[in-house]
Amino acid sequence: MDINEIIKPENLVYSKPTLLNDNTMHYCPGCSHGVVHKLIAEIVEEMGMTQDTIAVSPVGCAVFAYNYVDVDWIEAAHGRAPAVATAAKRLNPNKLVFTYQGDGDLAAIGTAETIHACNRGENITIIFINNGIYGMTGGQMAPTTLEGMVTATCPYGRTPELNGYPLHISELVAKLAGACYVTRQSVHNVAAIRKAKKAIRQGFENSMAKKGTSLIEIVSTCNTGWKMSPDKANAWMEEHMFAEYPMGDLKNV
Amino acid sequence: MAKIKGAIIVNTERCKGCNLCVVACPSKVLALQPQKVNNKGYHYAFMQNPDDCIGCASCGIVCPDGCISVYKVKL
Repeated sequence: MDINEIIKPENLVYSKPTLLNDNTMHYCPGCSHGVVHKLIAEIVEEMGMTQDTIAVSPVGCAVFAYNYVDVDWIEAAHGRAPAVATAAKRLNPNKLVFTYQGDGDLAAIGTAETIHACNRGENITIIFINNGIYGMTGGQMAPTTLEGMVTATCPYGRTPELNGYPLHISELVAKLAGACYVTRQSVHNVAAIRKAKKAIRQGFENSMAKKGTSLIEIVSTCNTGWKMSPDKANAWMEEHMFAEYPMGDLKNV
Repeated sequence: MAKIKGAIIVNTERCKGCNLCVVACPSKVLALQPQKVNNKGYHYAFMQNPDDCIGCASCGIVCPDGCISVYKVKL
């Protein structure tokens, strides 16, 4: 069968969501951010909330997320996205409000904002991209960096005596009464991406149903910061990151 | 049993040649261009064995840049 007979609009089964616009993303080849952006665009479209979404972008690689997903965005100061989202949601209770943050933003400088927003039970969704490294600034050690992992600022590997232990934000947040849904997902293969999509959708639905804060941690790769090819980075993540950050729901009420 | 045939279109200018679709494809249809590059200098993905495509959309789902559109027909 000729390929041109298959490629017809009625046979289309998958394509880029229309909410993800045509700007070429600045992310490195194979970066997990792109997949998560795509999932968000798909979910917002499916929920019919394209005109009623306020997203808050962080400081970090995802700072330019507002160039790619065609919803309304606010750019927050470093780490303050949950505080900005709190105001946005309280003033616009009918809007879908979510933050999109990396581990340098959410787990380091923004730990206080994250924990207090979750403890207040703000009706927002926090999407937390955890790749264990500061990607944008050149691969320095983050609070989530694994023990023994080599980064620009711990060239002999992270040691607990000098640098402390990896910070498990999801486990911390799961203990808070205001958080209604805390889950850890990844986007390294098709099955994981489908599960992550369901988790993000549930988070968004929780925030619209005023159930409390949802935190969706997505363990992801930074192949440039880790100095690996994208597929090797995925394999390394499965081997090392998943041992420290196990997948699954930590809290779902 | 109904036979299924698929095909994909790669947005070659958007593709960054990250190789994730090549790894994700269950029927080993895809490969990166060995010689040709796009305007940004990336070796973009293409269908090396187009006859084996089953239109499962794995490549499209894992593509971080949303470059791949998947088409499927039942014969």
